[in-house]
Amino acid sequence: MWDYNEKVKEYFLNPRNAGEIKDPDAVGEAGSLACGDHLKLMLKIDKQTEVITDAKFQTFGCGSAIASASALTEMIIGKTIAEAEKITNKDIVDFLGGLPVEKMHCSVMGQEALEAAINQYRGKSPEPLEERKRHIVCECFGVTDAEIMRVVRDNNLTTVEDVTHYTKAGGGCMSCHDKIRQLIAQVRGEAEKAPPARHERRKLTNIQKMRLIEETFEKEIRPMLRADGGDIELIDIEGDRVLVSLRGMCSSCMSASFTLKKYVEPKLREFVSPDLVIEEVKP
Amino acid sequence: MTGRIVYADNNATTMVAPEVRDAMLPFFSDLYGNPSSMHLFGGQVKKYVEQAREKVAALLHADPSEIVFTSCGTESDNAAIRGVLAAYPDRRHIITSRVEHPAVKNLVQYLGKNGYRVSEISVDRLGRLDLDELREKLDADTALVSIMWANNETGVIFPIPQIADMVHSAGALFHTDAVQAAGKIPIDLKNVHVDLLSMSGHKIHAPKGIGVLYIRKGTHFVPYLMGGHQERGRRAGTENVPYIVGLGAACELAMQTMDEEQTRVQQMRDRLEREITSRAIDASVNGDPENRIPNTTNISFKYIEGESILILLSEAGIAASSGSACTSGSLEPSHVLRAMGIPFTRVHGSVRFSLSRYNTEEEIDYIIERMLAIERRLREISPFGRDEMHAQ
Repeated sequence: MWDYNEKVKEYFLNPRNAGEIKDPDAVGEAGSLACGDHLKLMLKIDKQTEVITDAKFQTFGCGSAIASASALTEMIIGKTIAEAEKITNKDIVDFLGGLPVEKMHCSVMGQEALEAAINQYRGKSPEPLEERKRHIVCECFGVTDAEIMRVVRDNNLTTVEDVTHYTKAGGGCMSCHDKIRQLIAQVRGEAEKAPPARHERRKLTNIQKMRLIEETFEKEIRPMLRADGGDIELIDIEGDRVLVSLRGMCSSCMSASFTLKKYVEPKLREFVSPDLVIEEVKP
Repeated sequence: MTGRIVYADNNATTMVAPEVRDAMLPFFSDLYGNPSSMHLFGGQVKKYVEQAREKVAALLHADPSEIVFTSCGTESDNAAIRGVLAAYPDRRHIITSRVEHPAVKNLVQYLGKNGYRVSEISVDRLGRLDLDELREKLDADTALVSIMWANNETGVIFPIPQIADMVHSAGALFHTDAVQAAGKIPIDLKNVHVDLLSMSGHKIHAPKGIGVLYIRKGTHFVPYLMGGHQERGRRAGTENVPYIVGLGAACELAMQTMDEEQTRVQQMRDRLEREITSRAIDASVNGDPENRIPNTTNISFKYIEGESILILLSEAGIAASSGSACTSGSLEPSHVLRAMGIPFTRVHGSVRFSLSRYNTEEEIDYIIERMLAIERRLREISPFGRDEMHAQ
């Protein structure tokens, strides 16, 4: 059982601003269903003053993920975009009076969703997947060097374990621990001009692929299928076999297997790994 | 918290039965002697240890000489696996399943990194073992097969008699972790030819800190703990007399209540699971509905997360478990549900309710109502599955 303080419990048991804004001016999302938590943040913004007049959230996640998201909405309502932008995950943790150290990543998810929403409001397009992929340090949880360096800086982190608690990076296969150590040293100035961690393509394990595959589904594959009234569900990953099930129009479409082999599989190979094979599982 | 506790986490641990506690108490006060002593004061407690051994043997249909007391199920698993491997140093292959308890899984993985070849047998979507794969993997180099009798997370029972025969025709030894099966379903070691079996006291209403390793007569075995001659040289260390006596009492009780487990407890489990899955927005049972221990149900709620569910259940005084990553302290969800191919959308939202004969029908009603309310509440704030929910 986690040792949540009374304020965290209160924000989990009676979350403020849970729900949807029907016609939001900005939406930001962070996290992933596969990794066990996801946050969707919706903002209403006064165009003249750039004041956030309303904020609501939806969270799939644990107690501290819900509490962090709710706290964040209270913190930003009434602030201008410029003020909100300065909020770090540490501010969320401080607002809540502390989180168990293993749960710090929940506060980081809040900060990331806020950043995504502000970027969207300003018309900044999200980092292209291919670009983001080149900066990934932890492949298990899809965490980039910039994300790691930011939490190290904002929270004055010193160990790989800290970084794992704050970003999940390093919590899977552990093969990125050396890179994380380098990044910590770089931020802390202990190694002037340390070479930046470089993403090297190597054989991914199941869990390493999970997040990248999900992201590719969300950003590259689903939008196209949905345009045709279909959808696709990721069932499992067995080695290099990606098992999927088709939904909606796709499930009865004669050309569905063609779509899988000619469109979905190449996308996965392009964005995740050239060895992937897609297979359809009938419900 | 209301002050009320509805305990539905009996696969994690159980209440010490009042009869068990009463049986133990004299051994904390008057009868504190060492059963190995030459004097009568110590020697007199030896007969209580032997009586307990007989009661454990009776539950398993074994001979008392085949029962070795240990400190817990994990020790029994470690002793069994290491003890057999040490006795057959030329054989370098171990077979296990993908859904074992960490006490077996992590030990075998460690051995796999230290000179042994390891095969992990798959399970299907219902958690059933692939017996063809087991048959294919068995070879002349296989020292030991270790496969659990019943799974702790889903309750799925494996066909142990059939597996034991397959393993023996291949000339290997067979160990089974029966921690979740013992006391809940009949185990007859006269007719089921397992070579070694682990069980644990605190899963059957004895206290934590006592376990059993059954070693079939004639099985080659090198002791894990070396030292004194206790337990016929198979497990050194002064006997934990009060706990051994307690375990004996618990086994005796289990024999008397086995029928109740399979009727009243199972009916409560079935009703809990039926009402929740039929009335929930989206819930489904994990594991083979036909072959499960009678007290366990593992239910996945789509699009909501297990830790949130557990905290809200706990606020209502209900104790249960989850296969979610967030509850484990690790960042990865249940290896059992993942091995079964349960999609992520359902693994993170899995909840295990495990009952005991101390639960009541009224408690089942309470769990059902609270669980359904919690699902609705968390679905309200989940970003996923909005359309499906509003279609309800």
